[in-house]
Amino acid sequence: MEDKAAPEPTPDTQPFWDGCAAGELRIQRCADCDQAYFYPRPVCPACGSANVEWFTASGNATLYSYVINYRPAPGFEDEAPYAIGVVQLAEGPRMMTNLVGVPNTPEHLVLDMPLRVAFERRGAVMLPLFTPAGAAE
Amino acid sequence: MTGVIIAGAAETDQVGKLPGHSTLQLHLEAALNALADAGLTTRDVDGIATVSSPGPVQVAHSLGITPRWMDGTAVGGTSFLLHVRHAAAAILAGHASTVLITHGESGRSRVGASRYAPSPWSIQGQFEAPYGVFGATTSFTIPVLRYMKEFGLTHEQLAYVAVAQRRWAAKNPRAMYRDPITTDDVLASRMVAYPFHLLECCLVTDGGGALIVTSADRAGEFPRPPVHVLGTGESSDAPLISQMADFTQSQAFRLAGQSAFAEARITVGDVDHLMIYDAFAHVPIYGLEALGFSGKGEAGAFIADGNTEPGGSLPLNTNGGGLSYTHTGMYGMFAITEAVRQIRGEAAAQVAGAEISVVVGNGGMFATAGVLVLGRQQNAGRRG
Repeated sequence: MEDKAAPEPTPDTQPFWDGCAAGELRIQRCADCDQAYFYPRPVCPACGSANVEWFTASGNATLYSYVINYRPAPGFEDEAPYAIGVVQLAEGPRMMTNLVGVPNTPEHLVLDMPLRVAFERRGAVMLPLFTPAGAAE
Repeated sequence: MTGVIIAGAAETDQVGKLPGHSTLQLHLEAALNALADAGLTTRDVDGIATVSSPGPVQVAHSLGITPRWMDGTAVGGTSFLLHVRHAAAAILAGHASTVLITHGESGRSRVGASRYAPSPWSIQGQFEAPYGVFGATTSFTIPVLRYMKEFGLTHEQLAYVAVAQRRWAAKNPRAMYRDPITTDDVLASRMVAYPFHLLECCLVTDGGGALIVTSADRAGEFPRPPVHVLGTGESSDAPLISQMADFTQSQAFRLAGQSAFAEARITVGDVDHLMIYDAFAHVPIYGLEALGFSGKGEAGAFIADGNTEPGGSLPLNTNGGGLSYTHTGMYGMFAITEAVRQIRGEAAAQVAGAEISVVVGNGGMFATAGVLVLGRQQNAGRRG
């Protein structure tokens, strides 16, 4: 069985992955207009400013949408069907993730349920995943 | 209006399972068929547009064409709609006089096709692939649960999109699937990516198509009736599905549609026939709402009420669509060729009196959009 796909950081994303390695969800915001955003990039998507900074997000999120995938990607064969979710961080930006510590069924995955970040090793990085808030950490 | 016409349009001799055709062969067969349809030869072509691979250089060279204009815009399945738009601008500018646009894809047999796998350092490789994203079924589909929660779209309404389109496919001998289906059949088909069942996902086929675009001044010179390009639009949204501006509507559809309708000087009431790229059952719903054919949150009911199927007021995806006709991977070309057939009056499931057709294409999931307004007359005008 092939390994699951592992990210390879680039200079503009390295601080994000460094944060994950430290157990923190670090994302960016604009120092001019205060817009928080994800995915990592050197220009504010709201105002075009290059005056952007990294900060540590709370790690709190809600479940925004998802699918439950029955045709596994390489490395995911033992987990299918598995959910591919999009969460909305408390700070506003959305990101894709997997949902752990909860059965990946429509009954258990309710939109807007509160979630909390958790990290799992994947290749050379720690990958941010999300689990129901209040679950044992 | 843009001042250009589609003077030739054709598909490969067959669409479906073509293991004896490479990707390049599909492009070339479609190109020769479109040239024959227009009564032209390769010597008449001075502009070329297609996606990579094989791309415009190889397609041109394989046909013995030395272009003085080329466009390799490759933004997913809607690329060919953008090629028509770009060709119109080029012809107006005098950069080309006769443009050949080709599509060929061995989507099912994968003969001479490249493998889908994002680089691990791309944003898809860093922020999607690690979560088990594996092709369109695992990303294009993600917004719909949010839409269902916000607007109350039901699983049955989503399934009915496939039922309505199968009714069109039943009239089309070239469609891969023609047997009638019910909502129950759709909901009983194998789950692919909840909430999407197999029959709510597009086919995966082999095939190709091609167009000849030239100046409307030459409208009388060709064997087939001219199809006027009345309006065009293009736009983009996010490269990652998680970053789509709004999960409940397509910003790119809306902006491309506004552009095309303004250029054509039409409103939704002028439209006789509609093609909306249906990679999955929710896409026609997003398309109908983005272009204003139905109210926000109402398109599922609009389709379930029969408005878009044979006998309905707004014939939609009359070839059977990507769900039942064919879907090579970049289906946009087939949405155009069906609209051309409808405007010419030669479609398998012909809509009586189709004067104006609108084609809506998406690319890279919801990342890009193209819209074309096609018409039988050069000036759309208002018809009461």
